[in-house]
Amino acid sequence: MINQLSWKVGGQQGEGIESTGEIFCIALNRLGYYLYGYRHFSSRIKGGHTNNKIRVSTEQTRSISDDLDILVAFDQETLDVNCHELQDEGIMIADAKFNPVRPENTQANLYAVPFTDIATELGTSLMKNMVAVGASCAILGLDISVYDEVVEEIFGRKGEQIVQKNLEAIKAGYEYMTGLLGDKVGSMELEKADGKKRLFMIGNDAIALGALAGGCRFMAAYPITPASEIMEYLIKKLPAFGGTVIQTEDEIAAVTMAIGANYGGVRTMTASAGPGLSLKMEAIGLSGITETPVVIVDTQRGGPSTGLPTKQEQSDLMAMIYGTHGEIPKIVMAPSTVEEAFYDSAEAFNLAEEYQCPVILLSDLQLSLGKQTVEPLDYSKVEIRRGNLVTGELPEMENKGYFKRYEVTEDGVSPRVIPGTKNGIHHVTGVEHDETGKPSESAQNRIAQMDKRMRKVQNIRFNTPVHKNIKHEQADLLIVGFNSTRGVIEEAMERLEADGIKVNHAHIRLIHPFPTDEMLPLIQAVKKVVVIENNATGQLANIMKMNVGHVDKIKKVLKYDGNPFLPHEIHTQCKELFSYGHI
Amino acid sequence: MATFKEFRNNVKPNWCPGCGDFSVQAAMQRAAANVGLEPEGLAVISGIGCSGRISGYINSYGFHGIHGRSLPIAQGVKMANRELTVIASGGDGDGFAIGMGHTIHAIRRNIDITYIVMDNQIYGLTKGQTSPRSAAGFKTKSTPQGSIEPALSPMEMALSAGATFVAQSFSTDLKDLTAIIEAGINHKGFSLINVFSPCVTYNKINTYDWFKENLTKLSDIEGYDHTNREEAMQTLMKHDGLVTGIIYQNTERKSYQELIPGYAPEALAKADLDLSQESFDKLVAEFT
Repeated sequence: MINQLSWKVGGQQGEGIESTGEIFCIALNRLGYYLYGYRHFSSRIKGGHTNNKIRVSTEQTRSISDDLDILVAFDQETLDVNCHELQDEGIMIADAKFNPVRPENTQANLYAVPFTDIATELGTSLMKNMVAVGASCAILGLDISVYDEVVEEIFGRKGEQIVQKNLEAIKAGYEYMTGLLGDKVGSMELEKADGKKRLFMIGNDAIALGALAGGCRFMAAYPITPASEIMEYLIKKLPAFGGTVIQTEDEIAAVTMAIGANYGGVRTMTASAGPGLSLKMEAIGLSGITETPVVIVDTQRGGPSTGLPTKQEQSDLMAMIYGTHGEIPKIVMAPSTVEEAFYDSAEAFNLAEEYQCPVILLSDLQLSLGKQTVEPLDYSKVEIRRGNLVTGELPEMENKGYFKRYEVTEDGVSPRVIPGTKNGIHHVTGVEHDETGKPSESAQNRIAQMDKRMRKVQNIRFNTPVHKNIKHEQADLLIVGFNSTRGVIEEAMERLEADGIKVNHAHIRLIHPFPTDEMLPLIQAVKKVVVIENNATGQLANIMKMNVGHVDKIKKVLKYDGNPFLPHEIHTQCKELFSYGHI
Repeated sequence: MATFKEFRNNVKPNWCPGCGDFSVQAAMQRAAANVGLEPEGLAVISGIGCSGRISGYINSYGFHGIHGRSLPIAQGVKMANRELTVIASGGDGDGFAIGMGHTIHAIRRNIDITYIVMDNQIYGLTKGQTSPRSAAGFKTKSTPQGSIEPALSPMEMALSAGATFVAQSFSTDLKDLTAIIEAGINHKGFSLINVFSPCVTYNKINTYDWFKENLTKLSDIEGYDHTNREEAMQTLMKHDGLVTGIIYQNTERKSYQELIPGYAPEALAKADLDLSQESFDKLVAEFT
């Protein structure tokens, strides 16, 4: 019996690889296993190798594994490209239809299963995925009756006959594989999971759901990988709550429409990836100087330009902190798990209204698209706080005076009224302005307004700016990361601890304003700091150096080949740096 | 009910004496009063350029945004609060150069707002460069040998893009301009109003006198039918776009907001932001 393994399905894009993984996972999730998925795909619709790698475990796991136990192949390329990951005792199951050949560089066993032929015999070759799912279950020793419910939910609307055929396909795959395995049946049998109900979703689902829970009722967006799922979810759900999504003509329209709607009083978001964020930069400055709240999601992918549009990277950090010309108050938050993505997304709307500034919710491709098991989400933890939004009756203005929308206050936050409010008339402009919003070039006013704006986020109240896993008062290493690397760092930590190295972990959730007060003592308590980042220049490490100093102590482990970190990469590089004193 | 004077504020415009934009400002204030608006029920969203300052010169809610983006901001405001009257405004550079993409798509989308372009065929605030509305041969600081690009025909473009209200006016004709802006506000859908608003400082060709000589009033064309798109297009082509009046109006097509499934009938800004636990549970159940 084993308690975790890795399973991968691969084939040509457009061949149903993703749905095979999906169906396999939904059932496992319902049995109480923890799943963590990684999609390898290209920027094209049909053709080209694609695969879906799933980690299955009886314990919480948020990392891809170093190796692979089971590889399901719909073509020879899948075997050739992925076999190097397989353990020696691993299993390859391949569609007999293409006469699979075992690649030379693997010891794993190859079993040819007639996925297509079995499916065709049952009615349609489309069901070859189901045969593969059944065969996989045979290896894991899973009771396939769990699929009765899942298949009914997916195919029920197509009629009872389709449901039955699909179930038969799973059963046929299961039986065929059991026969092939012979006395090896049970060699990869999974321990029973706890059977607890959990969710199975991608980070983008959580961001969208969090936005809805956080009061977002309108979204303006332009499609882009890996952000589109957010708008696709909200256009399905918002109508039930009176809201909608507009797919705009471009990224600039998306952000400016979102700013207009926030000015109009509706919690509104936009979401994009690096190229879109580049186009939104001028408008982010507008949001800053006009103190109009707006929530912008950046799902980072490989840049610059079109870069690696379907690959993992964390290289927008500097652009998100400093992007836009001039200087504005801005909040950049970076959830590290799907659960955090949900709560942070809701909270982003509170912060945008409380501090009347742009809030960037930073994600990365692996967090946004990696489908995984998620602990139940608690709606009672979601608050709606609208900051200094004036809703009551306002005193009448004398002599057509304007409402002091930009009143200089101690904390910098001024009262905000939305259009339509009687006696609240004021002007809003991206030109420097006085307390009523009228343009002003006076040096004194400039200083007063600039200071007021920048003051707003100086003492930002942010729940858990740093996720801390501090095991040691005095540690050898502090590993620091942000966004999706949390799980892989945790796994590497266990191995480093097993090697006798004392490791603490800090995952930064509030990127800007940088949580210096939180980070400084953590850095002081260790000999060395290693910052793990999916970029080529070590942007987070550099931001840390700027904010907390300790320049000699802070080192970088970087990966920018388009793939997420694997546990062994962090383990070996940290160990090497530690052992040889390179750090 | 508010009078046009209540739409005046205490800010002195920084336009040059004689600028066509003064009349546009006055016509907007009169039209707002004539259609029965209160100052707080109007939001004027403007772009960048001399004309972009107009949102600060009217006693109403006003948002002076970034160059070329008045339309998406204005559409966002209207989406947030359909009870507001929203007027977007800016110059020909704002609407037909840097913001052209938004103009075409706002026309196509047909959200119920009014867009007033103050068309002076020149870049004024940057002190005299060519505009997409400048005629071929037009000499400016950026086209010292004369522009070698033809002028854009925004009214024809609007008709091609599926506009439901297309009108043109001349800033000296306050009565006609006011009536057109009123018609634009009352139109249920996107209304585009291009106003010839001469730049007295940098455009010495398209002057007040030039327009008086060259413009044809559609009301002077016998039997002109502004509900006939084909006739509208032909008339524009025949007169090289130099006509004033309502060029085309389609009252049958519904506005964008009337077509959105599930969209709140009252201002979305007033929506309750809390979900019931039951709604939340239902949303979450889809991920099990």
